Amino acid sequence: MAEQPVDVLIIGAGASGAAVAWSLADTRMHIVCLEQGDWMNPAEYPSSGRDWESRAFGDMAISPNRRGRPTDYPVNDSNSPIAVANFNAVGGSTILYAGHFPRFHPSDFRVASLDGVGDDWPLDYETLEPFYAEDDRMTGVSGLSGDPAYPAKQSVLPPVPLGKSGDTLARGFNDLGWHWWPSDTAVATAAHDGRDQCINLGACTSGCAQGAKASTDITYWPHAMRAGVEVRTRCRVREISVNDDGMASGVWYYDADGEERFQAAEVVVMACNGVGTPRILLNSTSEQFPDGLANSSGLVGKNLMFHPYASIQGIFDEELDGFRGPGVCIWSKEFYETDESRGFVRGFTYEINRGRGPVATAMTGMMSGRIPWGAEHHRAYRDLFCRITGMVAICEDLPEEHNRVTLDPELSDIHGIPAPKIDYTLSENSRRMLDFAVERASEVLRAAGATDIISESPIAAGGWHLMGTARMGKDPARSVVNEWGRSHDVKNLFIVDGSIFVTSAGVNPTRTIQALALYIADQIKKRLANLFD
Amino acid sequence: MSEDTIATDNPLNASQESALAAIVGAMIPASEEYAVPSAADPIIFADILTLVKRHPEPVVEGLAALDDIAESRHGGPFSALGDEDKAAAIAAFSQSGNQHLRAIVSMTAQCYYRDDRVMASLGMEPRPPFPKGFEVEQGDLSLLDPVRARGRIWREA
Repeated sequence: MAEQPVDVLIIGAGASGAAVAWSLADTRMHIVCLEQGDWMNPAEYPSSGRDWESRAFGDMAISPNRRGRPTDYPVNDSNSPIAVANFNAVGGSTILYAGHFPRFHPSDFRVASLDGVGDDWPLDYETLEPFYAEDDRMTGVSGLSGDPAYPAKQSVLPPVPLGKSGDTLARGFNDLGWHWWPSDTAVATAAHDGRDQCINLGACTSGCAQGAKASTDITYWPHAMRAGVEVRTRCRVREISVNDDGMASGVWYYDADGEERFQAAEVVVMACNGVGTPRILLNSTSEQFPDGLANSSGLVGKNLMFHPYASIQGIFDEELDGFRGPGVCIWSKEFYETDESRGFVRGFTYEINRGRGPVATAMTGMMSGRIPWGAEHHRAYRDLFCRITGMVAICEDLPEEHNRVTLDPELSDIHGIPAPKIDYTLSENSRRMLDFAVERASEVLRAAGATDIISESPIAAGGWHLMGTARMGKDPARSVVNEWGRSHDVKNLFIVDGSIFVTSAGVNPTRTIQALALYIADQIKKRLANLFD
Repeated sequence: MSEDTIATDNPLNASQESALAAIVGAMIPASEEYAVPSAADPIIFADILTLVKRHPEPVVEGLAALDDIAESRHGGPFSALGDEDKAAAIAAFSQSGNQHLRAIVSMTAQCYYRDDRVMASLGMEPRPPFPKGFEVEQGDLSLLDPVRARGRIWREA
């Protein structure tokens, strides 16, 4: 069954799809977004129930394979030390993200020129700065101006509380003379744009029942829909079709009833993340594009970047924040920029993650052997409860073509669409960076008073950030989209998600994904008269 | 009816259920000192069984491993052992590194640490986080003075 043609068809209603839809809405074009997931009901988020920690192991798990909702698709990540994490809904993975909301640093756009690795981006920090600021307003970014690790930038809302955990670790950083600063976060610390302020539920990564965390279902989407954008949920796109001129003509998708439909469109915008986008492009084969759409460079699906993460937690004698408060707190950029004496290039951010709930405390203690079975369980548990805090190190991942997304020849979703297959190897540079990060974090924790250290490196379940698989660039032989997000091969096809990242930086990507989406939307609006030239 | 007959949607038969109760009770026993029940307490164990119904495979596999230990070390299935041998088999199982042990520990922890009596013992109100939320201290931003004094560290590009 065919639908009436639309002007712009956006695939995916997550971080980038929401931003590009909102920005393009002021053109008054007919814009439709197809989203495979549902609208979420915040009243049903885990923090409304006594089983709030338990549901993170089940229907709100970060792994689509474990979660197994009908709105999910399976991912074969058995050949990767890091498993893919995502969420499929209006709001996408912002439903489950912690709300860490750093910008890239100026140096992140120039890694080849500065450090001789990867490639430079075809744009720079200065170009994106106004779009970062626009995204900050839409998101309601909380933070503290004046961070010496960044060029000047304003925060929209006050920073999240340091709490006992932040205070304790800040003293550790100060003791060593190392940088730290209250984190920029997507957690509203005051009422903002119809959202209420954070009340320290502590369950941010299972969805925010308070609506304080800026998932795009409650930030961009209400504005975009009031401006006329239509969102169709439970619509899973199988492939993009092309006409005889080599232009995208629309998409084939399955609707909520499983019916196959075709939606014609003048412009198609991909916003499905660094795994979902190459999956659809590689599945969109034709006589003109036998290797998948927009893939004349052969780079669709290649250069997959996660952020290798290490978790380094300390055990303290005094009571800290524990289960209370958002996971976001303070960060350190002490080791962000390259210093080759460390044995690796590029760097990482430490993000302090405050504490953990009663179940997570038990799991941490029992699985690490610190809480025994039997009569001693209770005393040992109380030695850890509300006494664990620490940090993660989010390490820059450099692009390598052998790290890639392909189509699995056997595994498929409920509609028979091939599942993505991940092949990923941790580089020697990443291993050295992770080891260094664990060692330095242990020093901070000891300086702050920790009596014991628990670390995991890399975090096996931590493939939260999916980047690089349809990179942007000026050279069609070395990139998939141009410097303003348009496919080199298909001139009415745009990509706005993390796929287009050239390098990963050592920070969470959402703020940059959204700034890029707003920038690309702005470029589209400025070029409407000759968009396909 | 045989005790090995599954007559409900419970994926465990009676002997498996009994073995699981013995495991979780050994994992987290009751404590008078902390005024907390055992994880085998009827209310908590019923909660555990609800969770097991959703993800039975690792628990069933784990219990099979316990039976293997019982057979090899004590000459019979776990259900046929005396109390002392059962305790020894469970102790061996807890140290076995069995791949399914994590699931049993996880389900036990998930249910035990949301029980009213346990939360009260920990000083927590027996309620979900929302809608009341929690208090967190603002903290001391004057701790930033040395960071500010050090000055800019970002790299020109």
